[in-house]
Amino acid sequence: MRFIGMLRHDEGAEVTPATYERMAEFAREGRLNGTLVELGGLQPSAAGALVSLAGGRITAVDGPFTEAKELVGGYAIFDVRSRVEAVELGRRLMQIHLDTVPGWEGAVELRALQE
Amino acid sequence: MSEATAAGPDGVGDAAATRRAIEGVWRIESAKVVAALVRMVHDVGFAEDLAQDAIVAALAQWPESGIPANPAAWLTTTAKRRAVDTYRRHARRDRALQQLAHELAEETAVDPAAGVDHVEDDMLRLMFICCHPSLTPEAQATLTLRLVAGLSAREIARAYLTSEPTVAQRISRAKRTLARSGAALEEVPADERTARLATVLGIVYLMFNEGYTATEGTDWMRAALCDEATRLARILTALAPDDPEVHGLSALLELQSSRLAARLDDAGRPVLLDDQDRSRWDGGRIRHGLDALARSDRLVAIEGGVRGPYHLQAAIAACHSRATPSSTDWPRIAELYAELARCTGSPVVELNRAVAVGRAYGPDAGLALVEQLAEHPALAAYHLLPSVQGDLLERSGRTADAALAYLRAADLATNAREAELLRARAARAVEP
Repeated sequence: MRFIGMLRHDEGAEVTPATYERMAEFAREGRLNGTLVELGGLQPSAAGALVSLAGGRITAVDGPFTEAKELVGGYAIFDVRSRVEAVELGRRLMQIHLDTVPGWEGAVELRALQE
Repeated sequence: MSEATAAGPDGVGDAAATRRAIEGVWRIESAKVVAALVRMVHDVGFAEDLAQDAIVAALAQWPESGIPANPAAWLTTTAKRRAVDTYRRHARRDRALQQLAHELAEETAVDPAAGVDHVEDDMLRLMFICCHPSLTPEAQATLTLRLVAGLSAREIARAYLTSEPTVAQRISRAKRTLARSGAALEEVPADERTARLATVLGIVYLMFNEGYTATEGTDWMRAALCDEATRLARILTALAPDDPEVHGLSALLELQSSRLAARLDDAGRPVLLDDQDRSRWDGGRIRHGLDALARSDRLVAIEGGVRGPYHLQAAIAACHSRATPSSTDWPRIAELYAELARCTGSPVVELNRAVAVGRAYGPDAGLALVEQLAEHPALAAYHLLPSVQGDLLERSGRTADAALAYLRAADLATNAREAELLRARAARAVEP
C-alpha cells in the first residue's frame, strides 16, 4: 500500500546542511529497501496559490498563506506493506529534524493513497 | 551512538506501540541486516538465526530504551555480538575459529553504523545468493521473498497458494543446498555478474506473473505478490543503476501493476484490456513506469542501442498506458513485438504480435500469422492460440468460425474463470 507523507512545519523554519545530508541518506536507504517511491521539497507558499470555493464563489489567493501557521514543506511517497511501516518512516523523518535542527517542531501527516 | 537520546525527550510511547513499531522496523530493515550478517558469517541460515535473535533482543529492550536512531545498525551490531559469542564457544574447542572470533570482535568494537557500510554490495550479494543456480526457480523465489522481502513462511504460503510447512521445508532445503555448494562464501566474478543479474531479474519477473495471472483467485496476497515484485525491482534499480534491463523490468512492473484494479470486475471476473475502465488505472504508477522506461532508454543508447526483453515489454505496456482503446498505436506495438520475438525467439510473443498486426493492418494479416503458428508444437495445447484466432475471425465477420475457435480455446483453458469468459464470447459471437 502506498502512503503520501506530508511534512508540516512553520514556513520559514530554517534547516541545517546536516538536515539535507540526513534527508539524502534517508532517500538512499528508502531506495535500497524499496519503500521510497518519491521524495521532494516544496517551494515557499509565495510561489504557489490557494484556489478555494466558499459561498458559491471560487477565488484564487496568492501566497504566502499567513493564515495557515503550519504549511506542507515537503512530501514523500512510500510504498510499504502496512501502516506500521509508514509510521516508522514518519518517525525517521521526525528523528532527522530532532537531531539536526534545534527546537524544530512539526509533523508528518501520513495518508494512505486510494488504490 | 547514543540510543537513549535517540528515543527523544518523551520516549516513544507505550510498549504495545513499540512492539508494532519494531514489526515495522523489521520489515523495512531485515534484508539489510541479514545481508550484512551473511557477509560476516558466510552462512545464510546462521545469518538469519542471528537476525531473529537480534529482533528478540529488540523486543526485550526497545520498549524500555526507545527505538534507536539507526535501528538497522543496532540490530546488526547485536546480531554480530551473538555471532562472536557463538564463535567464542566454538573457539574453546577450535583454535582456528578463535582467530576469526578475534577479528569479528574488533569489527564490532567500532561504530555500529560501520556495520551497514557496504549496504549496496551486501544486498546485491544477498539477492545473488537467493537466486543461486543450484536452486530451483521455486526455491529461488521463496528464498528471495523470505530474506530480501522479509515475508514470513505463512505469507509466502498464502502468496503461492501452498501450505506453510511446504514453504518452511523449501526454505530449509534451499539453505542446506546453499551451504553444501558454498554459495554464501563466493564472490560473484565480474563476468558472471551480468548472467546472475539476469537470473535475479527473471525471478522477480516470475514472482510478479505469479501474482498477476492468478489474480482470479480472491486472495489479496496475490496482488501483494505483485507489489513485492515491484518493490524488489525498485531495489534493484538502486543496486544496479547502470543496467538498462533493471530499469526496463522496473518500468514493466510499475506499468503492469497500474492496471491491477481495472483487471477484475465486481464479480471477480477478468476484464480484457479493451474493456477496462482506464480511469481506474493508477496514474502514479504509470508515471513512475514511464520515468523508469525513459532511464532505461538513455542507458540503452549509451550501451549501443540493443533493447532487452524487459525494456521492450515495458515499451509495449507504455503504448497502452498513453492511449485510449481507439487511439492505440498498434503499428508501433506490432513493431515492438517483432523486435521482442527476434530477441526471445518465443512463439508466445509471436502470437501477441499476431494480435497487434491484426489490429494494425486488419484481421486477415493477423490470421495469416496465427496459421503459421498453429504448426508450432509448443503452442499445440495453448488455449490463447485458438482464443486469438477467434478474436481475429470475429473481427473479420466470420462469426461461426470464431465461435468454434473460442470453444476450442475454452476446452484448453485450465483456469475456470477464463474458460467461462471464452464460452461467453463464443455465444456472443453467433448472436444475431
